[in-house]
Amino acid sequence: MADLNKITSDFAAMRKKIEKQIIICAGTGCVANGSLKVFDAFIKEAKESGINVIIKLKKEEISQESMPQESMTQGSKTLLSKSGCQGFCQMGPLVNILPAGILYNKVKPEDVKEILEKSIKNNEIVERLCYVDNGKICKGQDEIPFYTRQTRRVIKQCGVIDPESIEEYIADGGYKAAKKALTEMTDKEICDTVFASGLRGRGGGGFPTGKKWDLTRIQPKGKKYIICNGDEGDPGAFMDRSVMEGNPHCIIEGMIIAAKAIGADEGYVYVRTEYALAVERMKKAVADASKAGILGKNLFGSGCDFTLHVMEGAGAFVCGEETALIASIEGKRGMPSPKPPFPAQSGLWGKPTAINNVETLASIAMIINYGAEVFKEVGAPASPGTKTFALTGQVLNTGLIEVPMGSTLRQVVFDIAGGVTDDKGNVDNESFKAVQIGGPSGGCLTKEHLDLPLDFDSLRKVGAMVGSGGLVVMNKNTCIVKMAKFFMQFTQNESCGKCVLCREGTRQMLLMLEDISEGKANEETLELLEKLAKAVQIGSLCGLGKSAPNPVLSTLRYFRDEYEAHVKDKKCPAGECANLINFSISDKCIGCTLCTKKCPAGAISGTVKQKHAIDVSKCIKCGVCIDACKFGAVARG
Amino acid sequence: MEASYSKFNRVCQILEENNYDKSKLIPILQAVQNEYRYLPEEILVFLASSLNISPARVYGVATFFAHFTLKPKGKHIIKVCDGTACHVKKSTGLIDAIKQKLGLKENEHTTKDMLFTLETVSCLGACGLAPVLLMDENVHGQMTPDKIVKVIDEVIKNEEKS
Repeated sequence: MADLNKITSDFAAMRKKIEKQIIICAGTGCVANGSLKVFDAFIKEAKESGINVIIKLKKEEISQESMPQESMTQGSKTLLSKSGCQGFCQMGPLVNILPAGILYNKVKPEDVKEILEKSIKNNEIVERLCYVDNGKICKGQDEIPFYTRQTRRVIKQCGVIDPESIEEYIADGGYKAAKKALTEMTDKEICDTVFASGLRGRGGGGFPTGKKWDLTRIQPKGKKYIICNGDEGDPGAFMDRSVMEGNPHCIIEGMIIAAKAIGADEGYVYVRTEYALAVERMKKAVADASKAGILGKNLFGSGCDFTLHVMEGAGAFVCGEETALIASIEGKRGMPSPKPPFPAQSGLWGKPTAINNVETLASIAMIINYGAEVFKEVGAPASPGTKTFALTGQVLNTGLIEVPMGSTLRQVVFDIAGGVTDDKGNVDNESFKAVQIGGPSGGCLTKEHLDLPLDFDSLRKVGAMVGSGGLVVMNKNTCIVKMAKFFMQFTQNESCGKCVLCREGTRQMLLMLEDISEGKANEETLELLEKLAKAVQIGSLCGLGKSAPNPVLSTLRYFRDEYEAHVKDKKCPAGECANLINFSISDKCIGCTLCTKKCPAGAISGTVKQKHAIDVSKCIKCGVCIDACKFGAVARG
Repeated sequence: MEASYSKFNRVCQILEENNYDKSKLIPILQAVQNEYRYLPEEILVFLASSLNISPARVYGVATFFAHFTLKPKGKHIIKVCDGTACHVKKSTGLIDAIKQKLGLKENEHTTKDMLFTLETVSCLGACGLAPVLLMDENVHGQMTPDKIVKVIDEVIKNEEKS
């Protein structure tokens, strides 16, 4: 049996010796930006400058000389560790210095020496590595508007604690809620508490979690399952990935509580296979929890058993749908089946099953620990709590954010994300065009929705949905037809083919959108497109087909004039539809040859100091020449 | 002949690890693909008889999920993310540039010399760095058409050296 108190006190004793901590973000974004090289540089430089650091190494990271696991040097006072995603992906690699609370961004290996000298040996700040907001140097998260304007609950510990250390999670108060639920609460009490908190499924549907659990709980006793849906397939969404990478134990804790609530003794975490790091961290967390006696038999002496498996998906968006996900765990094609029977009645292997999203399960421990009322303190009345959003596209600060439900788009895009950018990355709020929310199942929000509260019901009213929480900001150079075509291409690819209207309808809609963007369509096409979109909504079995037409319908509703420009005038106002635009070089060209060098297609010819020309047949219309030209000589039109 | 024996040996090992459990078909296929980089037809048939299910069922699952491939892939795999964020940041320009560079026609994904395979994926979850692509295991963020041409040149240069 796991003794949480002992683990906590052991951990505290170990931590007592540490005065400072260096945390390096090892989320996917920062790793891509080279954070592991920064980590290695810290090890090397610390050795050379004689600073004793305790290094937390994990097996996959021992790339250089064989360092012992957690090498404890005599008298060392600085701990070097890695964390999950800290959210501020664009500014990575991120380095956090505690307890001073300094956040350095875009750190390179050559900056490491200075950080050690100034911030570790002394208590100084390397100002040039700090985030600058409107000319003001921000020392750390407490001063950066991107962070201060958020309400971080679910992702609070991502980026602080070491996701691969169960001891650290426990020392931070982890698994207390699981113990409480198992030893002090009845299954009904848990369901009631969660229901009272008003928590609604964060996967997009917004069904009350407490109710879902209760529906599973009241089924006859016997084998039941709990499944965590981590098959985050929405393009442009990565909050589930960040939680699985950054704080996997909080998901396990949520699942233990859910298992008790519904009476399950076995569970699955279904993770997208593309998320290699999330798969690895979830597997390690499950193995560690089993070893510590937090998973397995007779948990906390309660007599309850719970075994957890990690299953990798194999790349099918439709598996985000409950019944399809169940089919794929059973080793079948991931195709949805009609409801009822609901999974609560007959799910995995025909047994009652509850399926919850990652973020939903990550919210459970807090509700059990602090009660439903505390959870409800923030958020909208009918959608309490917070929601994480993946903020991407043409905004200054992209990354992972968490805000109270009901925050407005204006707060998110302008206050937290720092505003809309033009194609060169400069802030230009005038160029704001639209936000796509909820991925391929969601819809477009425009200027008129800037003050709309982001919650389940308000969004549904305007034809959009929270979905899993991807927010993609578009500026005026994004063609709305191309965007709709992109989503239709996605859903057409991902349609499982079971329902005729979804399978054939998405294909026909895609062909129509292609015609529109190639200038081959007329006004009738728009009418037909709208009609077919509505038919697909009605005639599809699962959420994928029902919501596939959303991007088309919502863009037709808010940007009809842009569609009409394509079909009537054969023009693409945003200048993105390749068939409706051409690139040319004007007399402003001084013959610097830069564009010739940059053109990946070799379509530009010309000699030095002579005006250059573009070979239209070779041009792939990528726009590199426009970005490269310092004289504004390349025109798109 | 010897080569194909060892081929099936490894498959048997994978089957044993999964207790010949037909519900574990997906993890089994994943393990087989890790081994061979694709799913050879004869192995699919072998799996079906070993698991006591029809080859159609195995084929059905293998063709349903995007992760599985029935065709051999090139030595280096370029996965261009075409998720929403990357798309907005012009990932199609990257795809066009790569196709041009590798001389791939409309429906071709693998170069004739089997050196490169070009794939698109719906989201790598690194949207903050859009547009993103994976060259084998390495993530390249904030890519541009001219930068990717350089990355490919680098790989070709290393190949020629070895």
